[in-house]
Amino acid sequence: MNYLFYLTAAIAVLSTTMVIFHRNAVHALLYLVTSLLAVAVIFYQYGAPLAAALEVIIYAGAIMVLIIFVIMMLNQGDSTVVQERAWLQPSTWVGPALLSALLLIQLILLVSSAPFSAVRAFHYIGPKQVGIALFSHYVLAVELASMLLLAGLVGAFHLARHRKPETGRSGNAN
Amino acid sequence: MPIETAPGLEAGILLASTLFCLGLAGLMMRRNVIFMLMCVEICTNAAALMFVVAGAHWGNADGQVMFIFVVTLAAAEVAIALALVLQFYHRKHTVDIDQLNDLRG
Repeated sequence: MNYLFYLTAAIAVLSTTMVIFHRNAVHALLYLVTSLLAVAVIFYQYGAPLAAALEVIIYAGAIMVLIIFVIMMLNQGDSTVVQERAWLQPSTWVGPALLSALLLIQLILLVSSAPFSAVRAFHYIGPKQVGIALFSHYVLAVELASMLLLAGLVGAFHLARHRKPETGRSGNAN
Repeated sequence: MPIETAPGLEAGILLASTLFCLGLAGLMMRRNVIFMLMCVEICTNAAALMFVVAGAHWGNADGQVMFIFVVTLAAAEVAIALALVLQFYHRKHTVDIDQLNDLRG
């Protein structure tokens, strides 16, 4: 059933290409969600159902909703499309695209020249094994991740607070 | 239990490389901070895909454990970055990254 893999990979690559070239932020975000869902299908094919579920729930769900909230808060209407069209001229994107294409060609050459084992057997790793590994071997890393999330919460709250310019402690704010 | 019908390791590595290079190209060619943030998410997601593919190849749960940490990192990063974007928009009334040149570097 490799056709399914190649079809899903093509969807992921095409929708990611649409993300980096699209001018409307909300449309680009929808293409990004499509790309993340395609990657979730690929996780499932590699025998990682927990990763597939987390990809849908956290990436395509929570993180994309955060980004769409901010796009809605910053919405300037149709002027953004005109602005993006002015910013995304071919003279702007040809250089970075060529450099990234060169990097990709190098990576493809490296991968295709490396000796891979002929073993095609992938292993199904269920949520139970992942949970056992997570809370026995990596329990310290779980605690560190919780501290990271707490720091992210406090930092996001502090940064997103809208201070009045005259009462702000940072004197040069406008 | 092995899965015989799964795609190969090379295909997974090539897909992850392609997605990462697309995200990198978008990061360099965009000026809107929201789009740059989305491209950072694409790159993070490609790295996470690489972890899961390698974990599936070696039959080890560590790949998915690292995937969970990568997702946690991406969530914290996007929360902080979006707070910075909001603050940026309140101060400069634009989302153009080139306007952040107060230091005159």
